[in-house]
Amino acid sequence: MLSRSEGEVVSIGSELAVRRPQKPGPKWHGQRRVRDAFAAAAMLLPAAVLILAFHFLPLFYALYISLHKWSLIPERFVGAANYFALAHDQEFRHSLSVTLWYVVGTVPLAIAISLAIALMLFRPLWGRGIYRTLYFLPYVTSVVAAAIVWSWMYNPRYGILNYILIKLGVCSAESPPQWLLEPRGVFQLALQNAGLHLPTWAQGPSLALVAVTIMGVWNAIGFNVIVFLAGLGSIPRELQEAARIDGADEWKVFRHVTLPLLSPTTFFLFIVSTIRAFQAFNQIYVMTRGGPMGTTRTVTMYIFSRFYESHEVGYGAAVAMALFLIILAFTLLQFRVAAGRVTYQ
Amino acid sequence: MKPANKPKYLRELVRRAACHAVLASGCVVMVFPFYWMLVTSLKGQSEAQMLPPMLWPVKPQWVNFAEVFKAVPMARYLMNSLGIAVVVTAATIVTSAMAAHAFARIQFPGRELAFGLFLATMMIPFEVILIPDFILVHRLGWYNTYAALIVPWCASVFAIFLLRQSFMTIPTELHEASLLDGCSHLRYLWSVALPLATPSLITVGIVSFLGSWNSLLWPLVVTDTPELRPVQVGLAYFTTEAGTKYHLAAAAATVSILPIVALYLAAQRHFVEGIARTGLKS
Repeated sequence: MLSRSEGEVVSIGSELAVRRPQKPGPKWHGQRRVRDAFAAAAMLLPAAVLILAFHFLPLFYALYISLHKWSLIPERFVGAANYFALAHDQEFRHSLSVTLWYVVGTVPLAIAISLAIALMLFRPLWGRGIYRTLYFLPYVTSVVAAAIVWSWMYNPRYGILNYILIKLGVCSAESPPQWLLEPRGVFQLALQNAGLHLPTWAQGPSLALVAVTIMGVWNAIGFNVIVFLAGLGSIPRELQEAARIDGADEWKVFRHVTLPLLSPTTFFLFIVSTIRAFQAFNQIYVMTRGGPMGTTRTVTMYIFSRFYESHEVGYGAAVAMALFLIILAFTLLQFRVAAGRVTYQ
Repeated sequence: MKPANKPKYLRELVRRAACHAVLASGCVVMVFPFYWMLVTSLKGQSEAQMLPPMLWPVKPQWVNFAEVFKAVPMARYLMNSLGIAVVVTAATIVTSAMAAHAFARIQFPGRELAFGLFLATMMIPFEVILIPDFILVHRLGWYNTYAALIVPWCASVFAIFLLRQSFMTIPTELHEASLLDGCSHLRYLWSVALPLATPSLITVGIVSFLGSWNSLLWPLVVTDTPELRPVQVGLAYFTTEAGTKYHLAAAAATVSILPIVALYLAAQRHFVEGIARTGLKS
């Protein structure tokens, strides 16, 4: 399984083979060199063709499309006009704020919860295997199926969630929360009873978006827990033992030994989860289609609606390019913030 | 238990009890939606909308499943998804293993540059290539064909990366010796490298299969007829058609996750270890 050697995380098959520094190959004879180049070309060909055609060159094609007025067919070159339009597009800005709320709402919360669960599951505990199996279930199953049942649970009238909340006395039976149907911001709703009315920008994410976010957290936990457990497994026990012998209590061991040693894993999860959250589509498509009143229309939903529903291909491509740059900027920012904080052994 | 250890023992007991309490309630939250999906799928329409909600149907309505299969070609959807996922997974393993071997063990000019370019591709989000790929597929005449659903996903940079890592841990001497014995690169790959890289192969297989089975946006965009729809797209459409018939939507959802859940329960260890390996990119 996962093991470590020479203080470095070596992912695969390391127990099968001793890892040693790469030696330069045997002396190359001209003939062998040519033969090798041919062999390499032949073996790379299928993957290279597919990746170039469908994953790499399309980036430049997307740029090209975004510089055109392009509906069902290409019409004309318009330069950066789509991008200028984008800068003034209120709907795009709104979708960006929806996406950011979703990212900020899901990523840290899911990582914190998963870390707590992983720490509990890592130590020997009766029934650990069963817990693991069940926690990972949402990650394995499709988001579409899960989103269907979540929207049923969120149903204001017949949903089990409101039934429980009303029974517990958390909300009134006369005006239960509308969840996926509620376009008003949660800050506004919280202050509603006090008779306050907040300006639009301060109303916060809609309750519908919060509901989608909760489902997003639920869905992300399984993957995070698996990765955290693997990360915990790669920390040498001796370090924690040494800290305990030195008199550190459990919290101190966690704070000063486990957490720093786990930081590469945590960092990896932040990067991956952020990218995934920026791309969230499936659950939103099923649960709200971007509604109510566009308050759950993320940038990905917006691209979909512009491109697929309104057939504004050129404009959709421009939005996608903008999203790419935003994700890139966020990733770089995270690397910046992490620099010096992530401890690699 | 020695008396001196008693407080420690008690503390451990309390800690475990607390862990169980937290983990068990967490589990309820994680699993409840699936339970609710199943229960709803077995209720009649009026029962599904009854208050207070019943935790188990009075009389399980197995007929709901028959109704789903009658209303939409659910079997066709499932077969489509299965076929697509199997072909994508097999093809990804073949193309990625060959490319990974070239990057790991064959010297050729521009190798590092080419690998760097491949890796850079991982940074491109799917949304960006969605539109150009859609147009490309149209131009190729693949719109609404299985080719559109399969071909673009038959290679994966992530798989190449993972397999290359794994191939590089195999001693070079083994490769040299095989070549001296007159073994071709393909033969070495098949008989030596792949068997030694089984864990990574499992990871690649699981990630490709799940990715293909669970994808929605791409098949939604490139298919037009029910005959070609994979199960996720069929399910998304059916939910809209079913409207307030949530018991039928739940039945369809249950059917759609059954194959994956069964596979997961049968090969749990591989799933968990396989997915864990995706997180250890050193």
